[in-house]
Amino acid sequence: MTNFHLPRRTLIAGSTALAAMGSIGKVRAAEEHVLRYGMAFADVPLTTGQPNRGAGAYQFTGFTLYDPLVTWEMDISNRPGKLKPGLASSWEVDPADKKNWIFKLRPGVKFHDGSTLTADAVIWNLEKVLNPKAAHFDNAQAAQVKLRLPSVATYAKLDDMTVQITTKAVDALFPYQLLWFFVSSPAQYEKLGGSWEKFGFAPSGTGPFKMGTLVPRTSVELIRNENYWDKSRIPKLDRLILVCIPEDLARTNALLSGQVDLIETPTPDAVPQFTARGMKIVGNVTPHVWNYHLSMLPGSPWLDKRLRQAANLAVDREAIVQLMGGLAKPAFGQMDPSSPWFGKPTFKLRYDMDAARKLMSDAGYSKSNPLKTKFLVATSGAGQMLSMPINEYIQQNYAEIGLQIELMPVELEVLYTAWRKGAGDEIAKGASANNVAYVTSDPFYAIVRFYATKQIAPNGVNWSHYSNPEVDKLCDAITSTFDVAEQDKMLARVHEIIVDDAVQVWVVHDTNPHALSPKVKNYVQAQHWFQDLTTLS
Amino acid sequence: MIATIFRRALYSLPIALAVSLFCFLLVHIAPGDPINAILPPDAPADVVAQVKEAYGLDKPLPVQFGIWLFRVLHGDLGRSLATGRDIWPDLHSALANTLVLAAAAAMIGFPLGTMFGSIAGAFRGSWIDRAAVVLAVAGVSVPHYWLGMVMVVIFSVLLNWLPSMGASPDGSGVWALDWGHLSHIVLPAITLSVIPMGIVTRTLRGIVGDILNQDFITTLRGKGLRRGGLIAHVVKNAAPQALAVMGLQLGYLMGGSILVETVFAWPGTGLLLNNAIFQRDIPVLQATILVLSMFFVGLNLAVDLAQALLDPRMRR
Repeated sequence: MTNFHLPRRTLIAGSTALAAMGSIGKVRAAEEHVLRYGMAFADVPLTTGQPNRGAGAYQFTGFTLYDPLVTWEMDISNRPGKLKPGLASSWEVDPADKKNWIFKLRPGVKFHDGSTLTADAVIWNLEKVLNPKAAHFDNAQAAQVKLRLPSVATYAKLDDMTVQITTKAVDALFPYQLLWFFVSSPAQYEKLGGSWEKFGFAPSGTGPFKMGTLVPRTSVELIRNENYWDKSRIPKLDRLILVCIPEDLARTNALLSGQVDLIETPTPDAVPQFTARGMKIVGNVTPHVWNYHLSMLPGSPWLDKRLRQAANLAVDREAIVQLMGGLAKPAFGQMDPSSPWFGKPTFKLRYDMDAARKLMSDAGYSKSNPLKTKFLVATSGAGQMLSMPINEYIQQNYAEIGLQIELMPVELEVLYTAWRKGAGDEIAKGASANNVAYVTSDPFYAIVRFYATKQIAPNGVNWSHYSNPEVDKLCDAITSTFDVAEQDKMLARVHEIIVDDAVQVWVVHDTNPHALSPKVKNYVQAQHWFQDLTTLS
Repeated sequence: MIATIFRRALYSLPIALAVSLFCFLLVHIAPGDPINAILPPDAPADVVAQVKEAYGLDKPLPVQFGIWLFRVLHGDLGRSLATGRDIWPDLHSALANTLVLAAAAAMIGFPLGTMFGSIAGAFRGSWIDRAAVVLAVAGVSVPHYWLGMVMVVIFSVLLNWLPSMGASPDGSGVWALDWGHLSHIVLPAITLSVIPMGIVTRTLRGIVGDILNQDFITTLRGKGLRRGGLIAHVVKNAAPQALAVMGLQLGYLMGGSILVETVFAWPGTGLLLNNAIFQRDIPVLQATILVLSMFFVGLNLAVDLAQALLDPRMRR
């Protein structure tokens, strides 16, 4: 990898040109359709192919500049999306060996640099992130996606437009993994002298937008790709400018003062101001849950199911939604009831202090003889919503039933480290609960990784060390069943079991709120972290 | 003079080394893992181990520090763990932005502080003095992130006079001398100037008051020196100390603008540091702190030299 230095003269020339462009831009803006979108990131997510900064970044530099082999329905807001063909026009599992997946590539797809999508390009991209010995292997991209492709064993080109990927074991959920894998242009990489750093400033994918100017830590300009292969997704905008505004209040003020046209994650207490100015708040059911994972290790109080149920019944979820300015949805389990994987749990999550007190009393605790335990929580951070106010509110709820929790606030990065290491690790500092909120977008991310015994940390993120043979059997069956309806049924059954077992305390789901100025039209918010910015106008 | 410069430059080397080592240790003592800058939070243990190896984070800490130091001595500040980019271009543009902001804040805070402090010192005990003291105390006490937020609400959100965030209207992050860019710097510069203004006011009030009470001033007055001549003597005697305070304050402005840059999304070193701290992006953190500390050391040297030029006694 070669260094990419910008000489001072280039910087000066560039800045002069940009300043000139700025003044021209004002004239052009009158004719052009341009929107400015305030992102909650301190830097532009990676533009080389695999965005960093989590699932929420995929809408910005993932699905705009690139395409995956298998993509997601993102233009539907009234139901959860489904997998659909992306750069692979079709895929099937080999009936003779169900570990082999055959992907037929879409003909006639061009990268932004004019080169053609072929099986060689797909193999080159798999090598880019999975083979450290490949000359073009990129650590930064591999770090983002390798863990998203845990099933891949080998891959091979069958012909110019067909690729075979072999999984380590039979895995019916494998196509979901490919949602996270984007395809960059090998030709552009070669043209730029084999430098991913240079590629980041002049990327080439197959996506509906091409990249214009990238200013690290500040903004990136996306320009409509008129020749995009999916005519239904040709952007309505001429240009979309993504601006980094990590601080919540600064982002909110930028929208209120007209510096940007839409923002993600507005501050809840600014909602009345937005609506008073004719702005819209848009949110939707989002695969996310704010929860407490409870330790099931020997010695943990949460081995007693009555306590787990009491902890669920003592949370006033409606009040927390109010605290969030309405930008949240009460949780009735890991999944939202609208999900096909919700099932019919018999334990109904509700706010019922009498029932909670009764369960606590049956377990030998009361306000005069409280259960004392520690919860590891985040001070703040992406996805954690109003972390400390929500935690403190629940702490008050719990005090009323004789459950005294000591909150141990740590930075989100520390909480993540603790999450990966599991309840038994010393980093948990004796805490019996962990408060990481996370994405629940597909069967693995929503269910399997948290409840299967083989996912117990540090192998996976079953932080609690939860183990249930019936759940294990179902998780194995889910990954080996290719009938989607059957898969849904089994996922729903797992969900019923874990809710009835009160494995966690589920509090609220994020609605992934966005605030839009009246100028913004046709924003469709899918029930996912992946969003389609081509509909914006 | 050349020997002084050379000697002081040599002193800065152990300072730089100590600052780097301290910063490196501090980051590693803090809980959390630099791997969080690279990997998504749910990365399994085997992937974490592979990535740690790829980035050299599996090596013992002294080895990691040694490698970093070796590279720095060869002019390579390394690559960001989070972005994979060479650190220098990002740091270079961030430094330029912070320097512009610090200079603007200094241009507001220093003259105002000098004016208020000098007047207060000259009229000790009067209502002017009391007003200047109130101003100085307020300047030092008001949290500047709070002041920044209040100003944004008033001047950006309610009045829509000035932009609330960013360094440039075109989003390029590159600063230029025109109203579009100046309008972006007004609020953060005023916010950042409040503390140095308070400190300079307080310092100048004391210095000027003390000088005016000295015997040579009484003598000069007795000899019938006019006000203009007296002021010239006061300025000459106050300048070295005032310069020292302002030099230190300029250093604080360069290194202490994290909160203001965060509130105004100003793409300077404060925002860079803030992001690096939360992501545990150690190479960025190390490089930024090293460069800022060197800037601080250089600034101190420049102030010392300027003091020596102004006051021959300082050369002894």
